[in-house]
Amino acid sequence: MAAPKIIVVGGGLAGLAAVIKIAEAGGSVDLFSIVPVKRSHSVCAQGGINAAKNLKGEGDTTDKHFDDTIYGGDFLANQTPVKAMCEAAPAIIDLLDRMGVPFNRTPEGLLDFRRFGGTLYHRTAFAGATTGQQLLYALDEQVRRYEAEGKVKKYEGWEFLSAIVDSKGQARGITAMDLRTMELRAFPAGAVILATGGIGAIFGKSTNSVVCTGSAQAAVFQQGAYYANGEFIQVHPTAIPGEDKLRLMSESARGEGGRVWVPRKPGDNRAPRQIPEAERLYFLEEWYPKYGNLVPRDIATRAIHKVVYENGLGIDGQPMVYLDLTHIDRATLDRKLGGILEIYEKFVGVDPHVEPMKIFPGMHYTMGGLWVDFNQMTNIPGLFAAGECEYQYHGANRLGANSLVSCIFGGFRSGPIALDFAKSASAPEGDGGAAVELARQAEINARLIKNEGGENPFKLWRELGNTMTEHATVIRYNAGLQKADEKIVSLLDRYKRINLSDRSQWANTSFAFARQLKNMLELSRTVVLGAKLRDESRGAHYKPDFPDRNDEKFLKTTKAGFTGDVAGPRLELEDVDIQYIKPRPRRYDVAK
Amino acid sequence: MATKTVQLEIKRQASPDAPAAWEKFEVEWRPGLNVTSALMDIALNPVTADGHATTPITYDSNCLEEICGSCAMRINGKARMACSTLIENIEQPVRIEPLSKFPLVRDLQVDRSVLFENLKAVRAWVPVDGTYDLGPGPRVFPQQQEVSYPLSNCISCTCCMEVCPQFNEETGFVGAATIAQVKLFNNHPTGKVFKEERLRALAGDGGIQECGYAQNCVEVCPKQLPLTNAISDVSRDVLIQKAKDFLRG
Repeated sequence: MAAPKIIVVGGGLAGLAAVIKIAEAGGSVDLFSIVPVKRSHSVCAQGGINAAKNLKGEGDTTDKHFDDTIYGGDFLANQTPVKAMCEAAPAIIDLLDRMGVPFNRTPEGLLDFRRFGGTLYHRTAFAGATTGQQLLYALDEQVRRYEAEGKVKKYEGWEFLSAIVDSKGQARGITAMDLRTMELRAFPAGAVILATGGIGAIFGKSTNSVVCTGSAQAAVFQQGAYYANGEFIQVHPTAIPGEDKLRLMSESARGEGGRVWVPRKPGDNRAPRQIPEAERLYFLEEWYPKYGNLVPRDIATRAIHKVVYENGLGIDGQPMVYLDLTHIDRATLDRKLGGILEIYEKFVGVDPHVEPMKIFPGMHYTMGGLWVDFNQMTNIPGLFAAGECEYQYHGANRLGANSLVSCIFGGFRSGPIALDFAKSASAPEGDGGAAVELARQAEINARLIKNEGGENPFKLWRELGNTMTEHATVIRYNAGLQKADEKIVSLLDRYKRINLSDRSQWANTSFAFARQLKNMLELSRTVVLGAKLRDESRGAHYKPDFPDRNDEKFLKTTKAGFTGDVAGPRLELEDVDIQYIKPRPRRYDVAK
Repeated sequence: MATKTVQLEIKRQASPDAPAAWEKFEVEWRPGLNVTSALMDIALNPVTADGHATTPITYDSNCLEEICGSCAMRINGKARMACSTLIENIEQPVRIEPLSKFPLVRDLQVDRSVLFENLKAVRAWVPVDGTYDLGPGPRVFPQQQEVSYPLSNCISCTCCMEVCPQFNEETGFVGAATIAQVKLFNNHPTGKVFKEERLRALAGDGGIQECGYAQNCVEVCPKQLPLTNAISDVSRDVLIQKAKDFLRG
């Protein structure tokens, strides 16, 4: 019997990792991606990838990595998969090393490691400050090799629209649209893996790439897949505020010794270098003496908010603080952080070797995502998820440099499991539901292209982003979340009167965007309503009206199910697997 | 108070067979405004400077921080990345056209898949035995990493191919980006197992001898890859390989 066909959607680290494992095991893969896979959002990851290799004589272990990750995530992550990830991480680094990733090296030719947030160990392997790019390229090259051997067929420039689900509720393939010809097509498969990344676009401006809309997750959510912990959104403490996006300024800047500060005197308008040490407030070092500038991201982000909005100490009264590298010598900076310093200089026009950078928190990472079991499978049999689009490795807050390892680990796990699933699955009845699903998608497209009304999809998107950023990022109030949900409902209504200024059937980007927008709106409600339900503060989710963690009520995964009803998704709470590490209070002013 | 504006002239073409035409736009100026933001402004309000309704511009973009390589286009005659091109640093009106050496899809979007095909032809990968745990990779000294890393920073934007006088249908030249990757993989302790095959792939028509040393590639590269160094190193290796192959008969 021929090897079953597996479909992988998304060509970032998780998707490519899955493809490699399937091809290696003799399966055949159709790989779908909106952009050429080498341009996927994983390229934006900067600082590094965690693995307890203990090459610095510190006594680091995978158990310590596991504990740091669970503690950093405020105990919300299921512990079994996280433990497995931390144990697998050292071998993943070795493999990437063998694939030729140009990691930074020690004088002896071994891998170099640096410190990152939320740990006291040097656990982060890195390739300058463009680690994600280098890792993605390594996997891209391996996939190109399998492509040359005929084991992988790429569909680049195709957008996933929906899963094909048969009458028994099992995934049997996907429908997708060619973004040039606008052709709709059904692709049958024995199993489907979604590896479609984060949802930054629903916040308008974020550190994410343009394609990170969450549209694929939202589509299968509306087909019955659960979406878990949607309310957990990471706001990265150090981003460069920008006109079109918030550009990430990697945590590695602090890992290499960067210091965050503001002038002690409100409104001090001297140039930063004119301000003497004694008149600078290094607030992270002062408030968190044990971890200093390397507290986890949720902690650093709230501290910056506090210093700016409560203490009124933002630079020039603006929402910005200094991230200072000027005390580190130029050669070290260029060798270890060159890529990110170049980004700052190109987009801000100031040289961070000599002038402290001005930064502010920005939406960065989606801890929540499609609910999956410990085998990476959603509640729709045959539909798997891996990488940022699923929820299971980071709990309530992700530690820096854990995303790359979770993407590759999740991809590596999902690939062979999906292949086994497909091998043992019964043959579909008839076409497995493909014709019905294709007709449903064709109808949506036909309606959208000739829709009459006065609403511009890009304007609706901007309003969504503003609402989400205002009410559902760093600080959350129930009244604000309620307002945000009402706003989304009104945007969904206005969406019905959307008008495409472009009605052509060739490379129509507004049409593709309008389809994504509907999905973004539906998914936004899981973020907002999940946050509203969770009356506690945990990790990245912070409510001043409920400032403490409440394990009794909320040491639970939020699971959202689509209803199609104006009341929004149905939310239920599921117990968290805490069998290895007993929850304890989380603090970073002292050693844990 | 009148707001400061930016004048843009954009070359439009609805499909590969449709006629091309220029459209003028005016968008609001803001500090730090880049070309991709200006294109997004047009999508928010798709109206030309003289008030005619039009369609949003089709173009490739993704990361918006010059690392994904998507948004290469010709801006004021120069091949560059639209996201890292700040309006305040360039002359107005800003004239924007698609790259000219690649098949046009629509407006500013072109098909650059030839580069990925070239990478396949030169086996730009390290042939690992498998993804199971085989222990650490070969030792690599920092001095060697400092040679590899810059080459591995290539974002496949194809600007080097766009500006190369030799990159055209007549020569079939692979272009600088692919040659740099040959150097990268030939220098890797495991990757060099395919060294001879890679050099032979660059030895024939469209190979490295098509290079005319115009050096436009190294000037235009947004990531400052040492492209001309790579070309001369690989050129030498190709010649040596040719000589070896000749002597072997």
